Amino acid sequence: MADLLEPLCRLGSQVVERIWRLGYASRFFVAVLLNSGAALRRYPLTLREIWFSGVLSLIIILVSGLFVGLVLGMQGYEILQRYGSAEQLGTMVALSLLRELGPVVAALLFASRAGSAITAEIGLMKATEQLKAMDMMAVDPVARVVVPRFWGGVISMPLLAAMFSSMGIFGGWLIGVVVIGVDDGSFWSQMQSAVDFRYDVWNGILKSLVFGVAVSLIAVFEGYDSAPTAEGVSRAITRTVVTSALAILALDFVLTSFMFRGTS
Amino acid sequence: MAGPDELGRPGVPFPLPMSCDNLVQIDNLQFDYGGKPVLQGINMRIPRGKVVAIMGGSGCGKTTLLRCIGGQLRPSAGQVRVDGAVVNEMSQAQIYALRRRMGMLFQFGALFTDLSVFDNVAFPLREHTDLPEDLVRDLVLMKLQAVGLRGARDLMPNSLSGGMARRVALARAVALDPALIMYDEPFTGLDPISLGVIGQLIRRLNDALGATSIMVTHDIQESLLIVDYIYFISGGRVVAEGTPEEIRHSTDPFVHQFVQAEADGPVPFHMPAPPFAQELMGGARG
Repeated sequence: MADLLEPLCRLGSQVVERIWRLGYASRFFVAVLLNSGAALRRYPLTLREIWFSGVLSLIIILVSGLFVGLVLGMQGYEILQRYGSAEQLGTMVALSLLRELGPVVAALLFASRAGSAITAEIGLMKATEQLKAMDMMAVDPVARVVVPRFWGGVISMPLLAAMFSSMGIFGGWLIGVVVIGVDDGSFWSQMQSAVDFRYDVWNGILKSLVFGVAVSLIAVFEGYDSAPTAEGVSRAITRTVVTSALAILALDFVLTSFMFRGTS
Repeated sequence: MAGPDELGRPGVPFPLPMSCDNLVQIDNLQFDYGGKPVLQGINMRIPRGKVVAIMGGSGCGKTTLLRCIGGQLRPSAGQVRVDGAVVNEMSQAQIYALRRRMGMLFQFGALFTDLSVFDNVAFPLREHTDLPEDLVRDLVLMKLQAVGLRGARDLMPNSLSGGMARRVALARAVALDPALIMYDEPFTGLDPISLGVIGQLIRRLNDALGATSIMVTHDIQESLLIVDYIYFISGGRVVAEGTPEEIRHSTDPFVHQFVQAEADGPVPFHMPAPPFAQELMGGARG
């Protein structure tokens, strides 16, 4: 009986701990939002974080976007030409990127590039007592350190996803039109007629905004909540990447099921 | 010095009488961490204008005490008064207002690694005042001059030695001319020259600013040179106190062990365990 109870107890305590942590993260989110007004008025702090999270992530986003577009172009052409509709390549590339791949892959890359860096920075500031020192100087670390990083991530994310999609479409055009020889005019005109701004582009932006909030919140929370040791910070970074990836994919499923119901 | 306390610990002194001359007054302070008592009824008086050291072995609750004074931890019982106001009954906004009049030097400086030396010292000024930038510059240079590091203003914290980082952190701690300066292990990991420099700076800055200083440390020799009064803490209680002169000539066994750095005494060398012979013979397992 005791053998049976012990794993159950462990499972129970883990579930309770997870729920407790979720509650703590929710309270943390509320604290971030409450402190946002005053912190955003000092916009140079947020601008600096947009530089670190957004601008410095551009290379990986642009290069990845290009390669995803190139692959989409090749795979898409291979499938479409079986049905004699290779001129639809532009539509396929654009819709795949704007609705799904742009927001999702850009968010996954953002979580590994910028999210992990934010967690590491805040975690190390905690481990070296910088957050405590700030608190002792009567400066709230949530307002001064966390809020600018959170909003820097939230603002950067849709912009990066847009760059990713644009670069992907360019990659699809490069492989489809320039290399394979699909008609240039039909590539663009089919895309233009099939892509709806509100339904496809706007929903994609909305998705990336939600991912931006999720990834930035996970990154700042894991950093702020990390154990103040080298091991604690490294675990927090791992948790940021893993939790962000799972959150992005789960949220994507939920958002897609609300946004795209096969009416178009 | 008074007789043994109820647990048989020697020399618990009777607290000094309350007076408005005390900037900090601690009465019967208790603090539990995870159900384990860390501080068990601390009474202290920190007179204005003095440098007071709180000493004791590692893990005896010195830093916890400092954090209770700064309002970072709330005690489970008792009172901490700073300038007449009870810290543990304050709201967060009141605690922040109080902290603007406090400076704190952390164990390893805790400089902001993404800011230069200049910006580190300017940080409290820029956060809490609307002073024009050229006035901030003059104030920062004055503070850096006081710690002898005006020439290091453009360096980043990672290019400073341990002693220099501590001096910059000291300049930052006094940037707003605080009434109370707290030091958490200011001498840890310093070479003898840096140690002497920091010790002298603590004394000089305290006197020049007319401030009051509380220093948590276990460096007895340096402390005896610069402080006005010393409290010894062991097992979460004040076990001895006195001026440096009294401490030097104290016959209290704890003070004697601490000052002479003896391995065994009231603070035992061995952690409590079953008898050694019994354990070697396999009598106690687990």
